Order: sequence, then C-alpha cells, then structure tokens
Amino acid sequence: MKRSLLLALLVMLPISVWAAEGSVPFEFDPNLDNQASLQRGAKLFMNYCSGCHSLQYMRYNRIAEDLEIPRDVVENNLIMTGGKIHSTIQGTMSKEQAGDWFGKAPPDLSLIARQRGADWIYSFLLSFYLDDSRPNGVNNLVMANTAMPHVLAPLQGYQVHEESGGHDGESEGGHGDAGPALELVQEGQLNPAEYRSAVGDITNFLVYAGEPVKLTRASLGFKVIVFLILFTGLAYMLKREFWRDVH
Amino acid sequence: MSNEGVDVRKRRFLTGATAAVGGVGAAFVATPFIKSWLPSARARAAGAPVEVNIAALDEGALLSVTWRGKPVWVVRRTQEMLDSLDNVASKLADPDSSAPQQPAYCQNKYRAIKDPILVMVGICTHLGCSPSFRPDASEWSMDVPGFFCPCHGSHYDISGRVYAGQPAPLNMQVPPYRYSSDELIVVGEDPATGGGEEAA
Amino acid sequence: MASKFMNWVDARFPATQLWNDHVGQYYAPKNFNFWYYFGSLAMLVLVNQLLTGIWLAMFYKPSAAEAFGSVAYIMREVEWGWLIRYMHSTGASFFFIVVYLHMFRALLYGSYRKPRELLWIFGCLIFLALMAEAFMGYVLPWGNMSYWGAQVIISLFSAVPVVGEQLTTWIRGDFVVGDATLNRFFALHVVALPFVLVGLVIAHIMALHHVGSNNPDGIEIKANKGADGHPVDGIRFHPYYTVKDLFGVGVFLILFAGVIFFAPTFGGLFLEVDNFSPANPSVTPEHIKPSWYFTPFYAMLRAVPSKGGGVIVMFSAVFILFFLPWLDRSRVKSIRYKGIIFKVALTLFAVSFLSLAYLGLQAPSDGVKLSARIATVTYFLFFLLMPIYSKLDRTKPVPERVTG
Repeated sequence: MKRSLLLALLVMLPISVWAAEGSVPFEFDPNLDNQASLQRGAKLFMNYCSGCHSLQYMRYNRIAEDLEIPRDVVENNLIMTGGKIHSTIQGTMSKEQAGDWFGKAPPDLSLIARQRGADWIYSFLLSFYLDDSRPNGVNNLVMANTAMPHVLAPLQGYQVHEESGGHDGESEGGHGDAGPALELVQEGQLNPAEYRSAVGDITNFLVYAGEPVKLTRASLGFKVIVFLILFTGLAYMLKREFWRDVH
Repeated sequence: MSNEGVDVRKRRFLTGATAAVGGVGAAFVATPFIKSWLPSARARAAGAPVEVNIAALDEGALLSVTWRGKPVWVVRRTQEMLDSLDNVASKLADPDSSAPQQPAYCQNKYRAIKDPILVMVGICTHLGCSPSFRPDASEWSMDVPGFFCPCHGSHYDISGRVYAGQPAPLNMQVPPYRYSSDELIVVGEDPATGGGEEAA
Repeated sequence: MASKFMNWVDARFPATQLWNDHVGQYYAPKNFNFWYYFGSLAMLVLVNQLLTGIWLAMFYKPSAAEAFGSVAYIMREVEWGWLIRYMHSTGASFFFIVVYLHMFRALLYGSYRKPRELLWIFGCLIFLALMAEAFMGYVLPWGNMSYWGAQVIISLFSAVPVVGEQLTTWIRGDFVVGDATLNRFFALHVVALPFVLVGLVIAHIMALHHVGSNNPDGIEIKANKGADGHPVDGIRFHPYYTVKDLFGVGVFLILFAGVIFFAPTFGGLFLEVDNFSPANPSVTPEHIKPSWYFTPFYAMLRAVPSKGGGVIVMFSAVFILFFLPWLDRSRVKSIRYKGIIFKVALTLFAVSFLSLAYLGLQAPSDGVKLSARIATVTYFLFFLLMPIYSKLDRTKPVPERVTG
C-alpha cells in the first residue's frame, strides 16, 4: 500500500507544465556559470535591445556586481539610456511613442525568461525571416506577425523561410536538431555559428536577469543540504539511542 | 520500558551535539530574517552619492541638498566666520572633534577638506531636529555665527561643534564626501576610493 | 533555583502542567510508523508559513498597481527576500503534501473513528481553512494566473441560485476582480485566516490529547494500563517522540531545501509560468489551471457537464469528508485487520484521487473528461458505499497489545 502510493507520487513528479505556444524550433540550455557569455550578453542587450525594452526590475550596479564588470565600464559602455549606475534599466521610448511606432509597446524583459523559457528566447532571435507582407519586412516563426523589427539583422543578415518544409535547413550549428527550413540569403557581420553563439549570450543574460539570485542559489543550497544531512545524522543517532529503552 | 544499561554519557553527548548543531542551524535561519531589515537595493540606490555644484554658492550662504533622505548643508564660510572658530574653542564640548562625528580627513577645526567649505548633515545630535543657520552673530544669543536648534535650544558654532552644557551631546555629523573637481562635491563618497565604494 | 522559579510560575500559571499534559507526560502508542511523522511536520510548515508570511507582509504592497512589482522587489532588492519568498511559496505546496499524507494516514488506520470524531472534524475544518488560505495567498502576487484563478474561483459562487451574481460582486467588491478584491484577500490571508487556522490547530491538538493518539493497530492503549497507571503500550512523548520527530524534521528539511534551492518553481507546479507576467484583464492564460493541490477538485468541477452541478460536486467532495466517522461501520479501525473489500476500496480511492490530481493539470479533452468522470464516481462511491462494504468486509481479529 505504502509503496504503491509512493510510487504513484513519484510518477507524478516529472510532469512539466510549461505552456507551449507557437513552435519553438531550437533548444538552448542556459549556462550561468559562463561569466564571459553573460558579460557579452549584457553588452549585446544594452546595444541592441535596451533602446526599446526595459529591464525595470534590474539595476546597472547589480549587473556590475554580479557579472564582475568594473563600474566605469558599465557607466561608459553599458548605460545607453542616460540612467545612473544605481538606477533601473529603463527603455528610452515612452509607451505612447512605442505604440505609435510599433503598434504596441515593447514588453519589459525582466521576467521574460521565467515566463517564456530559454528555448523560446533563443528560438525567437534565430527565427526572423523576410516577409514582404509585414510592415517591418520581416516575420518570425516563433511569434507569428511579431511587431518587433529584426534589430539583430546587422549581425545575422537576413533569412528566408521555405514554406515547403521537409528541407532540413542550413546545417549551421552543432546543435543536433535539424531545425526549421530557414536559409540565409544575405550575410551579416557574423557567420551563422557566431550569431548562434551571440544569441546564446543574450539568452544567458536574460535568464540571469529573470532571477539574478540564480547565480548563487544552488551553491548555497548545496551547503545548506550538507549541513542538514549532518543534523539529520545526529538526530538519527539520538533517536536510536533513546529508543533503546523501548521494547 | 527499562532504564537498565543506559549509556548516560553517550546520551548526554548526543543530546548536546544535536542541540548545538540545531542551534547553529537556527542562527543560520534567523540570519536572512534579520538581514532583510537592512536597507534594500532600492533604498541604497535612493541613498546613492549626490553631486553638488558649488560654483554658484555665495560667501556666507548655505545650500541644502538631500542625501539618504537627510538634509546635507554646504556652507561657503567667510573669513570672518573662519576666524570666529578660534574664539569659541574654550566654550565647546568637543573642540578638537575627537568623537567620531566626521571622517578622519575632516578632523580639524574647520571640520572640512577645504577650509571655507563646510559639508555637514543638518541634523541636531540631540533628538534629530534640523537646526537653523545663524550666519549673522547679531541675530541670536551667541556673539559669533553658528547654528541653533529651535527644538531644545542647542547651540553649535559655524563648524557644527556643539557648545558645552547643551542638550545636544555631540558635534553635528560630517558625511563622507570628496571633490570630483574644484566646484563639484560628491556627498557619500570618500576621497580615497574615488569612484568606488560608498562609505557606510 | 530553576525549580524555585518554576514553583513561582506554576502557582500563577499552569506551565508545568501544560508541558506534562501535552509533551512530558503525554503517553503515545509506541508503535507509530512512517505515517505518523506528518502531524508534527504540518506544525513545522505552519510555523514556517507564519514566520515567512509575516516577513513578506513587511515588503509586499496589497494594491493592484504595486503588488506585482513589490514581489519583484522582494525577489531582487530586499536582502534575502528571495529566500523568504521561496520558503513561503514552497511551504504552501509542502503544506498540502504533508496534510494530504496526514489525512491518508487517518484513512489507513481509522483515526477518525469513535472517540476521535471531533478530532477528525477539526482536521477537516483545518483543511477547509487551509484551502481558503492558499487560494487567497495565490492571488496576492497579482500575476496573470493569480488574476484569472481568482476570476474563475469567485465565479463559482455565481452558481448559487437567485443571489449568485450579487454574491460574486460582493466578494470582488467591484464588477471585475480588481484592487478591492486584492486588498480584502490580503487582509483575510494575513490576519483573519491565520487566526482561524491557529485556533483550529489548537483545538485539534487538545482533542487529540484528550482522547489519546490512535496507532497503526487501531487499538485503544488506554484500555490496558500498567501498575503505574500509564498505558503499557504507551511511551512518553518526550523524549521518545520529540527525538523521533526531530529526525523526521531533518529528512523533511533536506527535501524542502532541495526544492527551495534547486527547483523553486518545480517545473511550473509550485510557481506557475503564467504568474511571471503581471495580471492582465484582457489576456487569459492558455491553460487556466489551479495550483496542483486543488487539481483533484478542479478536475471534478470540469467533469460535470453543468455549472451548478460541477460546483455542487466539487464542494461535496470536501464536505463528504466530515461524515466519514459515521460512514465507516467496520468492526475494526486499522487497515491491518480490515478485509480485502476495504483494502481494494481504499486503493481505488487513492488511485482516483491521484488521477484527478493529474487530470486537473491537463488541457481539457474528451479523454480527460471521461477519465475524470470515472475517477469522480469512484471517489464518491468510496464514501457512499462505505456503510455497506465496511460492514460486509471480512475483518481479522485485533490483538490485545500493539504489534511492532
């Protein structure tokens, strides 16, 4: 009885309830131990994203401390929007302006990684393709008819999407999966592998920004659990000692 | 149930060890709860160093700015005011500023980095009122310029040093500050660290 | 010195007597097994929720404009705020894990039977209060799932005949879920319901210590007292069960810390993905689902093809628990001495409950609906047929003394 119930409980555990919407063609396993990647991601974010997207729950000085970027480097190279080192990261555009330009305000990205997941961000940034029917001239596989222009085009260049499918895409990365039928038709500054790596950096950075404490949470947890095992071991010996009385 | 063959020493040791480890654990658990009461990142950001431009500050005038929610005064003292400091020394509670009410680099009779420029937290050390500025000796009971707290009548000289026998026990506080240029003061940062850490 | 002080106190307040009645001289059966850890663990989680909750209330802002941001503030800007918040959110889920296991223990060993009917009813009331507490707490972060969860649950009350619509408007304090709703849920979550919960827990423990603990054999140890006037199969709660529970607490905390530090969202089960975007009255999350601990009841709601009927079934599923002491007509209390019919019935019940929990998490489909209907019927038949099958069941003889 007891065992079967435990078994049933265990079977329940791995149900993952990520809300899957749209197709997420690429997988990305974020690595927050890669500080260089996080630093590059911060730089890319500030250069390409922060003009429109705020990180309203994040402060520049927190990034400086967590990612070990010297304060003057942050002040001179990362603050693009006229903020101070202690201020939160606000976009330069007002909501009204944004509404006029894009039809809707670009969302704040503080929690985007917690809301959408790393795979989604990574796939989204890899999945822009040329589409004349859209006002920006581009569309996106992950978020159809997105209002966002392809701001990373100078880096990636432009892709087209083969409607027919079946095509196993450009074998650009060593990620194993075939990927959707996207073909690069105009080169950017980066080659496809470099672009994937840059998008990975941005994704890593946004995963960090979604939960800054994630950098240290697990290592603290490890210490806590070692301590608790010590305590539990002692409590067990204590229990066994006292229970020798009970026959 | 029987108590024969009980190893009392072992029992006592295990009880003590478990209690000790449990006590350490309780202290660990208490730490986040206690520390959460410290100023948050937002409060620290609001308390970040402030820059004060003193180019337009006249001789004998006082400029008040807010740092960490407290009034910070910048006074460009006249020669007459500076001269008055020596005359009052004998009437002061702590003329040498030996109590740590200022950073070490301001422990002088001017209580300043540059003699004429006084930078001081404008809060009376008695019960936290904000004293008023008395640049003109004729305006109040003292015969030299200074500060007067209207709440309980404490008198300070023009360096913020308290007179003896007043309700206020200490000289007024001088915050950490530095000059980032001749006319630009950064309140909240020590000179030694430059652009680095904030002083506590 | 110490005893002199205690004499002084005892003359004025029954401190020593309270200690002896409830801990020092409380005789508990010596044969408690694994299932008996969850009572003390529930107390531990309650203390955790109260402490972390008080601390969260120091930083949280109960207004529709500020609530979501204040949770982000706790997670990022308050020193250690993230840990306190994760302790509270993980604690909520662990509370239900522990309470469900604790309740299942009562089913296994007949702990609801005479003379423990009131003890069981207090327990059911705690469960009810806990569900209200958890629901209102879930609304407070003001994420999109909070908002729509509140919308759906409050709408259940519109199934009440005649006054339904007015009732839901009254609960919300507005024509939609809004600032007024959040504000009153905050007051109920942090002040009113904790009082109720603590009061009920005290009543639960007083009732327990009045009638004495049941045990895996379902024998009344008070019926067999030794020369010293204490039950021969009883041992003092302190030190024997305090040290045993301490070990249980250790194991529990390892699991608890494991979730807090390594998987605080638990794959979206303990903290839902949709709650990381702020409440948005114009965008409903794709799959509205309640927290996992409500899903068995939610699955029943969805299984019934009528609004009023679904609500009635869902609430009946909780209220039927109150009648359990009078539904069980078996000659014995413990599963150990019950016959095959009861064992099969209890297994089917456990399977149906777990299936409902699983089904409540799934997007609605025909298969899900059919399975949920079968499981719902099984759930209710367990209770409704109990007076019959528990009497028919072939029980084994109960021993005089507790067994190992």
